Amino acid sequence: MSAVAARAAPARRSGFRFGPLWLAVPGLLFLAVFFAWPVAQLLGLSVVDPENGGLSTESYRRIAATDVYLRVLGITFRIAGWTALWSLLIGYPLAYWLARLPDMFRGRMLLFVMVPFWTSYLVKTFAWMIVLGRSGIINSLATGSGLIDQPLPLLHNMFGVMVGMVHAMVPLAVMTMLPVMTGIDRRLVQAAQTLGAAPARAFWLVYFKLSLPGVAAAGLLVFISSLGFFIVPAFLGGRQETMLAQLIITQVQELLNWSFAGALAAMMLAAALVSCWIYDRLFGISTIAGGSAQAGAGRIRDLGLAILGVVGDIAGRAAAVTQRLLGKRICGWLLPGFCWLVIGFLVLPTLLVIPLAFTSSQFLEFPPPGYGIGWFRTYFESPLWIQATIRSFMVAFATALAATAIGGFAALALAHSRTRWSGLIFAFFLAPMIVPRIVIAVGLFYLFARIGLVATDLGLIIGHTVLAIPFTLVTIAAVLKTYDQRLDQAAATLGANRVRTLTGVTIPLVKGGLVAAFLFAFITSFDELTIAIFISGGVKTTLPKQMWDDMILQLNPTLAAVSVVVFVVVTVMLLLAERFRSSSSS
Amino acid sequence: MATGAGAGMAVREPNTGKLVIEGKLVIEGLGKRYGATTALEPSSLSVAEGEFLTLLGPSGSGKTTLLQLICGLVEASEGRVVIDGRDQSNMPVHQRDIGLVFQHYALFPHLTVAENIAFPLKMRGRPSAEIAGRVASTLDMVHLGHLAGRFPRELSGGQQQRVALARCFVYQPSIILMDEPLGALDKKLREHMQIEIKRLHRESGATIVYVTHDQEEALAMSDRICLMNHAKIEQLGTPREIYERPRTAFAADFIGISNIFRGSWDGNGALDTPHGRFALPRGAHCQSKDAALVIRPENLHLGERDGNAVSGRVSEIVYAGSETRVIAALGDGSPLVLRLGPDDPVPAIDQAIVAGWARDKAVLVA
Ligand SMILES: Nc1ncnc2c1ncn2[C@@H]1O[C@H](COP(=O)(O)OP(=O)(O)OP(=O)(O)O)[C@@H](O)[C@H]1O
Ligand SMILES: [Mg+2]
Repeated sequence: MSAVAARAAPARRSGFRFGPLWLAVPGLLFLAVFFAWPVAQLLGLSVVDPENGGLSTESYRRIAATDVYLRVLGITFRIAGWTALWSLLIGYPLAYWLARLPDMFRGRMLLFVMVPFWTSYLVKTFAWMIVLGRSGIINSLATGSGLIDQPLPLLHNMFGVMVGMVHAMVPLAVMTMLPVMTGIDRRLVQAAQTLGAAPARAFWLVYFKLSLPGVAAAGLLVFISSLGFFIVPAFLGGRQETMLAQLIITQVQELLNWSFAGALAAMMLAAALVSCWIYDRLFGISTIAGGSAQAGAGRIRDLGLAILGVVGDIAGRAAAVTQRLLGKRICGWLLPGFCWLVIGFLVLPTLLVIPLAFTSSQFLEFPPPGYGIGWFRTYFESPLWIQATIRSFMVAFATALAATAIGGFAALALAHSRTRWSGLIFAFFLAPMIVPRIVIAVGLFYLFARIGLVATDLGLIIGHTVLAIPFTLVTIAAVLKTYDQRLDQAAATLGANRVRTLTGVTIPLVKGGLVAAFLFAFITSFDELTIAIFISGGVKTTLPKQMWDDMILQLNPTLAAVSVVVFVVVTVMLLLAERFRSSSSS
Repeated sequence: MATGAGAGMAVREPNTGKLVIEGKLVIEGLGKRYGATTALEPSSLSVAEGEFLTLLGPSGSGKTTLLQLICGLVEASEGRVVIDGRDQSNMPVHQRDIGLVFQHYALFPHLTVAENIAFPLKMRGRPSAEIAGRVASTLDMVHLGHLAGRFPRELSGGQQQRVALARCFVYQPSIILMDEPLGALDKKLREHMQIEIKRLHRESGATIVYVTHDQEEALAMSDRICLMNHAKIEQLGTPREIYERPRTAFAADFIGISNIFRGSWDGNGALDTPHGRFALPRGAHCQSKDAALVIRPENLHLGERDGNAVSGRVSEIVYAGSETRVIAALGDGSPLVLRLGPDDPVPAIDQAIVAGWARDKAVLVA
């Protein structure tokens, strides 16, 4: 016994060095088994003949030969493309405005973006149904005041989908662009002006050019996220606006056609990866994680600068004319005015749900004829809702624990490692954010179906942990980045071993970041629907799954009450997370 | 080159009494407030054509604010900026004929060295042949011809600094403002760049307003120094004037080393201080009773002079080649600095000494 120990000890010292990257191993294994493997398997299924198990391209041929599928593909790309474009157009001025605010004030204003960002898609979509519906808020106000006599068709068409999609995606666009913009030295624009560039020209030639990596990253993330959307088109669109993810859900849930679902998922994934590749060619993928953009070479760069020069020239003249027409004072209010409008667009629809949750009516009419807490009582007295709620809380709690542990160790590993592997590992940990959720969900469903994890809490927790790991990793990595590593070295010179250093020095100091990561993971799981649709099982559901089922059946005021509960829970968690995060980084 | 206190003055025309503005750059009652804080009290100043004027002062004294007001990056709360006799207060930044060198260079990171330097010429719509020629000759002027294709992040601090200078000199603005341009460089490079800037100044004949909080740099480079403190101009004059005739204790303390004795003026020829009663320079006058006497270390000698004497105990002796600096602690512990020539006898540490000065070598300040 002791002889073995004596022999083992020196061996460990010489052969097996416990390098920091080992800390990332549990996470890597977890993601390999529950993310990479299921996704790869799903893609493999797409080239397998369901009848005899041989190789076949039948599914792809069927897609190519069927009008409906091609149309859905086309519509999906169109919607995703337009969503990206509009989100950038609306988000850019808001991000620009936020970036120019003094730090203190910006933190507070940012909540107007953060809260919509983390608000459940279901709640947001539900809100738009109430606002845009035939007897919705806009139509009832407009007809009531005699402005129009026929309700406008705002829902179940392209308009409804675009409103919902852009509303859902502007926060993501803003939050992606903002760090790039706050990193731009504002004196550069001043310098351009002292060198003779009119303000508008200085903006385009310097500021806009330097913000481009952020713009492209935002466009990329929005486009990829939009590709996998199904909640918004399902409720706000009509038949014409059916998107790829809806098709996949139907194939899996109703037809159990794995091969075909795999082919559709493969196309979505391919589109996402191709976008990433193009982005990487143009800007370098590391800019998403805050690295500096590469300069780009030769012709393309010259062409880009020339285009910006022309745009700047035109913009300069346009600005001069506008300023002459409107006067300096009004021009100064254009940007803040626009930004407050956007903030209203982001925040108001969700807030409108609140009075509806307290309606005394049987219907979702606006304004409510009277107020009461009847619908909250219905919610609290319904075993179905309460069970779903409790399950959501438990799953979210377990997910948050798991994701924080895995993400935390991975962040620690990456913070201490300077090898060429660390970039690759970082990208792998972020991949669940890039691969459309629906692809992950279907892949996991296929895997879980064979190992008996469907309809179990464990299956849900695993799935949600996969999705939450990128958020925890990024949050903790950001805190570790500002953490002074010399403190660890100091502890080591004072005689603390690695474990003691970790528990006695590092963790207490980055506690705020850990709590924030925990809360972000909690929110991610708490309002997750995609995986829940497949894995939560029929009777025992989660809160979002129950909402989804109810919304498909019929809109009712209970949904408003539930939405308010979800909104409040998420917002409170978010505010707590922000508080902890800022306390840790200061 | 114009020097001296008379350079660039606003004078009243004898017949009409109208203010006639002389000087390349004149600011009149220029002030800036941010809410409750005053970044610059209303100040007036005029700079002659071709002059090298330095704004010197501690952090937060309003130097950057004054520069920003001059070039129009910040809107003034009051006052005017006049260049070549024309009021420029409402002229937008990009139309003023002013160059600004930023403290941390503010080079465009997405443009190469040559493109950075070409930027102002492009903004002025110069033909590309002319641009190429002038960029090349300016690059040579700052000895950076071989780095034209590099990006700013690929340059050392000193090289970036020279690009910033080139970008400013290339379009030959008649007024150049520099905000602590050498602040980020080490001492050796600083001294080298000081000479470089003086050379560029000589060759271009531009009017330069230069900001620093390094008094040695100010003394070495300037025609005149504008000493600033608490958002006000404290004193304006040639380096020699400010060194030899500081008007306030702050000015005396900020420039060079000074021994300062605070006390109350008896309205006549003496100052009562905790260290004794001292004879003032002949004809010295002060607005208030509270005053201070400034004696430079080189004017202090061992032994009493003109009845002026303080006693202390030597606490430190610093040998610096051509001179020896003796630091003594006075009765109340405050330090006294003497500068001894190479031939003077050097006291020992802890030795009790008496030091004195010729009454006319001291300066009475407010
Ligand atoms: N945008 C602003 N808002 C509020 N106060 C400001 C602003 N800019 C400057 N101030 C204040 O005005 C005063 C003067 O600032 P200024 O930047 O001119 O100082 P400075 O002399 O250049 O200092 P330093 O040597 O540190 O650069 C400071 O007290 C500063 O806090
Ligand atoms: Mg300054």
